[in-house]
Amino acid sequence: MTVIYMDNNATTRVADAVLDEMMPYFTEFYGNPSSMHSFGGQVGQKISAARGKIAELIGASPEEIIFTGSGTESDNTAIMAALKAHPNKKHIITSRVEHPAIKNLFEHLAKTGYRVTWVPVDRHGMLDLDYLYAHLSDDTAVVSLMWANNETGVIFPIEEIADRLRSRGIVFHTDAVQAVGKIPVDVGRTGVDMLSLSGHKLYAPKGVATLYVKKGTRFAPFLIGGHQERGRRGGTENTPGIIGLGKAAELAGEHLQDDMARVKSLRDKLESAILENIPNVLLNGDKDRRLPNTLSVSFEYVEGEAILLMLDQLGICASSGSACTSGSLEPSHVLRAMGVPFTAAHGSIRLSLSVYNTDEEVDFVIDNLPAVIDRLRHMSPFWKRAACQTQ
Amino acid sequence: MWEYTDEVKDHFLNPRNVGEIEDADGVGEVGSMACGDALRLMLKVDENQRIADVKFQTFGCASAIASSSALTELVKGMTLEEAEKITNDNIAEYLGGLPKEKIHCSVMGQDALKQAILNYRGVREAPAAEGNVVCECFGVTDKQIEDVVKAHDLKTIEDVTDYIKAGGGCGNCHENIQAIIDTVHKREAQPAAAGKKLTNVEKIKRIEETLEREVKPALKKDGGSIELIDVEGDTVYVKLIGTCMNCATSDVTLKHFVEAKLQEFVTPELVVKEVKQ
Repeated sequence: MTVIYMDNNATTRVADAVLDEMMPYFTEFYGNPSSMHSFGGQVGQKISAARGKIAELIGASPEEIIFTGSGTESDNTAIMAALKAHPNKKHIITSRVEHPAIKNLFEHLAKTGYRVTWVPVDRHGMLDLDYLYAHLSDDTAVVSLMWANNETGVIFPIEEIADRLRSRGIVFHTDAVQAVGKIPVDVGRTGVDMLSLSGHKLYAPKGVATLYVKKGTRFAPFLIGGHQERGRRGGTENTPGIIGLGKAAELAGEHLQDDMARVKSLRDKLESAILENIPNVLLNGDKDRRLPNTLSVSFEYVEGEAILLMLDQLGICASSGSACTSGSLEPSHVLRAMGVPFTAAHGSIRLSLSVYNTDEEVDFVIDNLPAVIDRLRHMSPFWKRAACQTQ
Repeated sequence: MWEYTDEVKDHFLNPRNVGEIEDADGVGEVGSMACGDALRLMLKVDENQRIADVKFQTFGCASAIASSSALTELVKGMTLEEAEKITNDNIAEYLGGLPKEKIHCSVMGQDALKQAILNYRGVREAPAAEGNVVCECFGVTDKQIEDVVKAHDLKTIEDVTDYIKAGGGCGNCHENIQAIIDTVHKREAQPAAAGKKLTNVEKIKRIEETLEREVKPALKKDGGSIELIDVEGDTVYVKLIGTCMNCATSDVTLKHFVEAKLQEFVTPELVVKEVKQ
């Protein structure tokens, strides 16, 4: 059975060119980049080159790039560094729809004496900016807002918020893990102080990520160890991963516009077909201000896990904001924060495309998804009643 | 991805007895859209009080659908008397087991069957669940929690959530669920403890040990702690420290957590009082 992978916001396939770039650093050039000998030194140079490519992709300087092990580590490092830098400030702000790497960290901080403002979103997943601005205070240490949402793809106006925060002395961090590689991100033009990105979301391997820290931002290391990353993140570098991420950044810089235009046309085709061919379906997230590859839809009166497992039987990989796919019994906090009604929230699925998806794959999903939904709805006690009510 | 048995997968992908019985003799409906799963079970009963036909409609995940399907296969042909004895464990066993987080799917089947039989017997509406609602998210009462804790010897909040969903939403009821679990187990443990008379030294030593082992680690998670001030007879004087000191629910913490733990591990007569200064 052919696998149709449409779960790219979870992780992406490593690009062939990225893998080719990495392979010699597992076998041939395995020296420690911190070593004094030239065998290791050449590896160090390759890391420097990768740092430069990543910096270029996001409009930063190489010395503003710190390599980490994951998006979560980047997020945690950013927030903890900001709090250490402002020990007297006890107020922190984030949104209600953040990834668990931020959401759970802020919930933890709330238990250790910090006052958290959770900025709400509207029905389309868009941030309530008035609420955000009204809650800024002299006691605010850090504002952390994602650049793009992992479930709905909704893009927050990070540039605008950064402009507003610039003169307030508040550290502004953005979790741009879903944004980098899908939309243009330029920290040079955007006044964010820190930005997280992760390799495996843009065709590099898992286990490598980056934290951008703007020059002049006070920074306290989260991992304390050796002198790597200029003392800002101890630990021997994930050399092949970093080199792979560098290559992925280079590819993203070269092809982002063309690739995303094509991915967006596939996503739009899929979206139109689903909305036209399946009744009682809701689109989650702002229709326009959204990542080009992401489609989150909710099918009323059916449950998400059941949809996913039936799609899995057809070789289609998607994900769900349904409670039953997680340890929790409540549907995704993102959909709940958006006020998606229970009739739909339990039946949500996310299809996130990549450059590897084809027109044929999209056609296959379009041809098969309606039957899956129809089958489950005919099993549902609510479907017939709903159909009767709408007649 | 959940690890489902082949039987669960088979009953999910090829569910038996899906549909409606237009002139059903008994109908049981449990769950709701808000809860994320619901089951409508319909029975046709013959003149010998035997289930001649059974059908279901389920809104829910793979294990909810599989549990419904398994239930219908189990009860078809049974007398009502036999069907009444079907438990969620029978459903889970029939499916070769369910992930523990999905046990509530089989409980939903058991409840729907009970409702359908009541409905057949002319009970127009199933009696409302007794007790006070503890879990607002899923509308579960203290009586229901107590019953399931007793029936399955559940030890943790997570166990309760797996069985009847209580505590699986906002989490505000966790403290109350824990108190119910503690009360049930304390009641069961009391006969064994009865008759033992502790000396004052033994009592104080045990109180200190219990505070260190059972109470302080839990309070520490919320940024607080507790200090033993004095013991007079069966009255234990304590002082709350850190975030616990100013907590709006400190009375609940003292009564339902600290006192319950001391009663469980030291002696059931103990009463806890807070010293403010």
